[in-house]
Amino acid sequence: MRLDVVLRVVTKLLLPFMVVFGFYVQFHGEISPGGGFQAGVIIGAAVILYAIMFGLDRAMRVLSVSVVEKMISLGVLLYLGTGFVGMLKGGEFLNYSVLEHDPIGGQHLGITLIELGVLVTVAGTMIAIFYAFAGRGR
Amino acid sequence: MVLLTMMAAVVIGVVRLRNLFAVVILSSIYSFLMASVLIVLDAVDVAMTEAAVGAGVSTVLMLAALYLTKSEEAAPRHTPLLPMFVAVVIGAALVYGTIDMPPFGSPDTPMNTHVGSGYLDRSIPETGVPNVVSSVLASYRGFDTLGETVVVFTAGIGVLLLLRRNRRGKTGE
Repeated sequence: MRLDVVLRVVTKLLLPFMVVFGFYVQFHGEISPGGGFQAGVIIGAAVILYAIMFGLDRAMRVLSVSVVEKMISLGVLLYLGTGFVGMLKGGEFLNYSVLEHDPIGGQHLGITLIELGVLVTVAGTMIAIFYAFAGRGR
Repeated sequence: MVLLTMMAAVVIGVVRLRNLFAVVILSSIYSFLMASVLIVLDAVDVAMTEAAVGAGVSTVLMLAALYLTKSEEAAPRHTPLLPMFVAVVIGAALVYGTIDMPPFGSPDTPMNTHVGSGYLDRSIPETGVPNVVSSVLASYRGFDTLGETVVVFTAGIGVLLLLRRNRRGKTGE
């Protein structure tokens, strides 16, 4: 019964590193390999690991189903919103150069924002699909 | 070459095995080998995705799906001759297609002379982003990536709709 104590302890040790690595992949993606998609999958996998080890209920207390489902559409909205802000500031749709005073800073901001949108959508989708599968087994 | 041989061995194992649990684990191993091949080819971004999605999350989802069904594959109802024929023909066509490909890494291929070098030259001065993969994905091809995100969104919504309706129907009976 308590044989999985090793797994639980290792999971607890590993989880913060997984999430931090996910955000590292996200915000360092301009310099090192990676980006929003990879980061979203890593963070989604961290939550799924938590749900496998500690049960679906405890995971759902951290991230409830409704929050996860809102994440899916929030990411797409963030992406589109970044594009429309570019339009409102006088550029084309998804032109980030006008987001800030100098074009390079604007590009950085725009890329980070849309990658964040990708992250939120991908992580939300992964977790929501896992919740749906795991919830049916009960 | 060693990796590709191991991948072929894994595929033969997948085809021959009837136990679906072993098949899921073997396809996870296949994804890891594929990720290693991509690292050898210097496509680190894709390798990362393959390792995380192919070997990690999709294995978990397949196991979750397996938990809901039987873990033994049903015996095939018809002879495997026609699928075998289709697979062999497509494989032969693909191998025939690779004969015309330029040698790996040669600098004067179309993809290295037209757009590719253009992105490599323009990325740092225009966006200040050292990882060209990121700048092409997020900035030069922002529309493509928007489309991909919408695809993920649509797929997620679709799967959720299917799974949820079934669950509600079951509890409603």
